[in-house]
Amino acid sequence: MTSNSEITRNGLWGNNVALVQLLGLCPLLAVTSTVVNGIGLGIATLITLVLSNTIVSLIRGFVRKEVRLPVFVLIIASLVTIIELAMKALFYDLYLVLGIFIPLIVTNCAIIGRAEGFASRNPVGPAAVDGLMMGLGFLVVLALLGGLREIIGFGTLFANAELMFGEGAQALTITLNPDYSGFLLAVLPPGAFFGLAILIVAKNWIDLRPAEKPETVTPVAEGA
Amino acid sequence: MIAINRRDILISGAFLWLFAVVGTTLVALTEFTTADAIIENERQVLLRNLYALLPADRLDNDIASDTLELPAASLLGTESISTAYRARMQGKPVAVIFNSVAPDGYNGKIHLLVGVNIDASLAGVRVIKHAETPGLGDGIEIRKSPWIRSFDGKSLDNPETDGWRVKRDGGEFDQLTGATITPRAIIAAVRNTLLYYRQNADMIFE
Repeated sequence: MTSNSEITRNGLWGNNVALVQLLGLCPLLAVTSTVVNGIGLGIATLITLVLSNTIVSLIRGFVRKEVRLPVFVLIIASLVTIIELAMKALFYDLYLVLGIFIPLIVTNCAIIGRAEGFASRNPVGPAAVDGLMMGLGFLVVLALLGGLREIIGFGTLFANAELMFGEGAQALTITLNPDYSGFLLAVLPPGAFFGLAILIVAKNWIDLRPAEKPETVTPVAEGA
Repeated sequence: MIAINRRDILISGAFLWLFAVVGTTLVALTEFTTADAIIENERQVLLRNLYALLPADRLDNDIASDTLELPAASLLGTESISTAYRARMQGKPVAVIFNSVAPDGYNGKIHLLVGVNIDASLAGVRVIKHAETPGLGDGIEIRKSPWIRSFDGKSLDNPETDGWRVKRDGGEFDQLTGATITPRAIIAAVRNTLLYYRQNADMIFE
């Protein structure tokens, strides 16, 4: 059985959904033109992952092997529909902005991937943690890529924060340079690909660095 | 080789059915619980859009409910029934807001709200749905540029027929930097809406 800390490290870094498994890239690339959009979709995906992993793990004892995949899809689709309705009722403006990408969470391979690959073989506790950590890992990448593209593309950060955090959050928007004319490429799909590539390169570079350091021999003091 | 017998298949099928029922029931419950909030949200967004064209002090009726269903009309760019919203002050007609469509945007149809005052002048125009290029054609959004305001107060006589084009085509309307097709589509659609109003004015507030 994998330990919680191993699950955490896997979900956030070692087996990160977006940077390592390269799953869920369609919504990732499409909604990350601003931080707020990225975080909004990230939270919806996170909730879906946690709930779907938990439910799949709970039923793993009695679901028949032959129909497990259709059952998983049913569970995920029901969950996403419920989340979509909740967003429509509670965060209508954000729902309008994210549009079709909320129901498309159903098609995010990461969710059915974790259901089949982890939740269906592990107890509820670890499955829930796995869902949480995979979701967090995805959310962080969504936020990072969104921030990168928003700063370079628009020169702002947290624009439209009131869509998610209420009217008072308008003050949260940081405009780095009011005269910045924007860099359109960062906002369009090619910019998303470039941005994601930069993040993957950065992660791989961080992973590979310690191996390059030569082994230093620490002199051991002689005597007592 | 796994032997699958009829009993197993029936049990598997029953499981699938059970999950389908539970899932659908939960979704239906959620839908029921959220239905009122969603309708109210949609109404608020609609009102926000309508009041952007007609400030609240010009009308005293419930404009979102004082509607008229108009059949499909080529001048409105619509292919099916569209809703027009009527504004009144103390019972007297003040303005009507049409749902118009510009079918020839750069990247597909552009959906507009066109407000026409009772004297056939424009109260204003707003874009409510479009797929134009970000950074170029999307200047038609009021958030991105004040361009759409150039329609305020215009009418079929102001400017005259030839003036209802972009400057590049000899008209009076600015184009957007780097985007001409988009403004052209909207100018044509707005003018067509005014023509529609001229032809149907008596029917609208009967």
